[in-house]
Amino acid sequence: MEIKTENIQEYLTYNGSPVRDQFPSLNQMVYGKPLVYLDNAATTQKPWKVINAIQEYYTTINSNIHRGVHYLSQKATDAYEVSRNSVAEFINARNSREIIFTRGTTEGINLVADCFSRYGISEKDSIIISSFEHHSNIVPWQMLCDKTGARLKVIPMNEDGELLIDEYKALLDDTVKIVAVSYVSNTLGTINPVKEITELAHQNGSVVLIDAAQAVQHLAINVQELNCDFLAFSGHKMYGPTGIGILYGKEEWLEKLPPYQGGGDMIKTVTFVKTEYNELPFKFEAGTPHIEGAITLKAAIDFIKEIGINEIAAFEQGLMEYATAAVQEIPGLNIIGKAKAKTGSLSLSVQGAHPYDIGVLLDKMGIAVRTGHHCTQPIMDFFCIPGTVRASFALYNTTSEIDTFVTGLKRAINMLV
Amino acid sequence: MTINEKQDELIEEFEFLSDWMDKYEHIIEEAKELPEMDPAFKQDKYIIKGCQSKVWLYPEFKEGKLYFQADSDAIISKGLVGLIVRVLSGFTPQEIKDADLYFIDKIGLKEHLSPTRSNGLLAMVKQIKLYAIALSSANKVQQ
Repeated sequence: MEIKTENIQEYLTYNGSPVRDQFPSLNQMVYGKPLVYLDNAATTQKPWKVINAIQEYYTTINSNIHRGVHYLSQKATDAYEVSRNSVAEFINARNSREIIFTRGTTEGINLVADCFSRYGISEKDSIIISSFEHHSNIVPWQMLCDKTGARLKVIPMNEDGELLIDEYKALLDDTVKIVAVSYVSNTLGTINPVKEITELAHQNGSVVLIDAAQAVQHLAINVQELNCDFLAFSGHKMYGPTGIGILYGKEEWLEKLPPYQGGGDMIKTVTFVKTEYNELPFKFEAGTPHIEGAITLKAAIDFIKEIGINEIAAFEQGLMEYATAAVQEIPGLNIIGKAKAKTGSLSLSVQGAHPYDIGVLLDKMGIAVRTGHHCTQPIMDFFCIPGTVRASFALYNTTSEIDTFVTGLKRAINMLV
Repeated sequence: MTINEKQDELIEEFEFLSDWMDKYEHIIEEAKELPEMDPAFKQDKYIIKGCQSKVWLYPEFKEGKLYFQADSDAIISKGLVGLIVRVLSGFTPQEIKDADLYFIDKIGLKEHLSPTRSNGLLAMVKQIKLYAIALSSANKVQQ
């Protein structure tokens, strides 16, 4: 990989100041050292805009939605639906009926897998995933296979961590009902050619789900252009609150699929003989949802839009290039995942040093990284390593933080090897 | 030396290491000094699995006392395991069963014993205690 580090922006600005000033949690000392937070693929810190919106929700809006005729309930319902509209606009969905609030990416994928397990999948069918999926995009499909007898097929990857598209084409036969792949790998950082993957699947008559948990905070997403049937992501990885996520689904599919959970809000009429389900999107939102999370997700989206997702993508690309060039200087260090198109995560392994040891020592230097298998054990088996050290970037990281990380890494390796 | 005297000795060793990096430097030294485990015992049945690092622990009961051999694929885990083996190896099951491992907290490594830590240390201490409990109750039956 050839990397040019000239002209890389040191930090991103917001209203003329460093954007990190918007994130109070970044401004703290851990073990007497300034915090360097590089675990953003796990979760991101929150800007004042989101924190203030949460406070505003509980101080002025808090009420249950969709049922009350009173003022506050109406206010909460309006804010909830305004937020849904803003999500639809953010990913360019055709309309807000295609936007389902979930607990997160995991629930979104489970919803689709569970509904399909009750909708026309049999033991003659198969499901395709890729070899670098997060466990959240493996296990729900294994559960579907257990229930229906369908087979799970896996698109292999090369040593650089790129999917083998020819092998994928070979897997696509008339048994394949669903293709479920990640947009961006949480471990390797690989950006998958999801548009091409979708096109090929559709030519084969297969449904496509994209796990966008590691993409939505780094890349502009346009579901109409991707033409995927489903796309799932989480609020907490895009500067929003935890416990809220989005499942986008094409209206035609959401209409066809049976409901996920039963309960309040997802019904029109209930008798002991028969229940008539509610219309979209409420059919898939049983029970009182995470109202605060759903409403304040809009603040996170507004924050991203104010900065501009393309500006964020360009800046983070710079960070990735800067970090990649810097760690390559370290003897004995391997980058795990050398795809040409990468974003977010930089995974490393060091000869003779266990990732756990490196993580413990970096932690004591105030540097937060993730070590281990990152919920992608099949990737570790592929590369024959116990785990990686993963630095993952967000819009508030700086090149000087990467310098601190690299210095810390060198110090840890010196102690361990 | 009793278990507590061994613990106090360790606390004294760590007392002068105020900086975290010095502490971990010392733990890494401890790992290097841990007698090598007989490769014959590095079997899956002796693995105590943490989420991230593997620890092997082999117990041996000789002349009324429990001895431990241990290893880990991560050097800090190995050092921590080494500290525990240093404190507990060579005592009777009853003594081990009753031991209160206060040194871990005192030397500032308590976080490694929290259930969310992924090094398997907590599981290892539990396993040592289980061996001791099993052996001490077996002893009572024999007596």
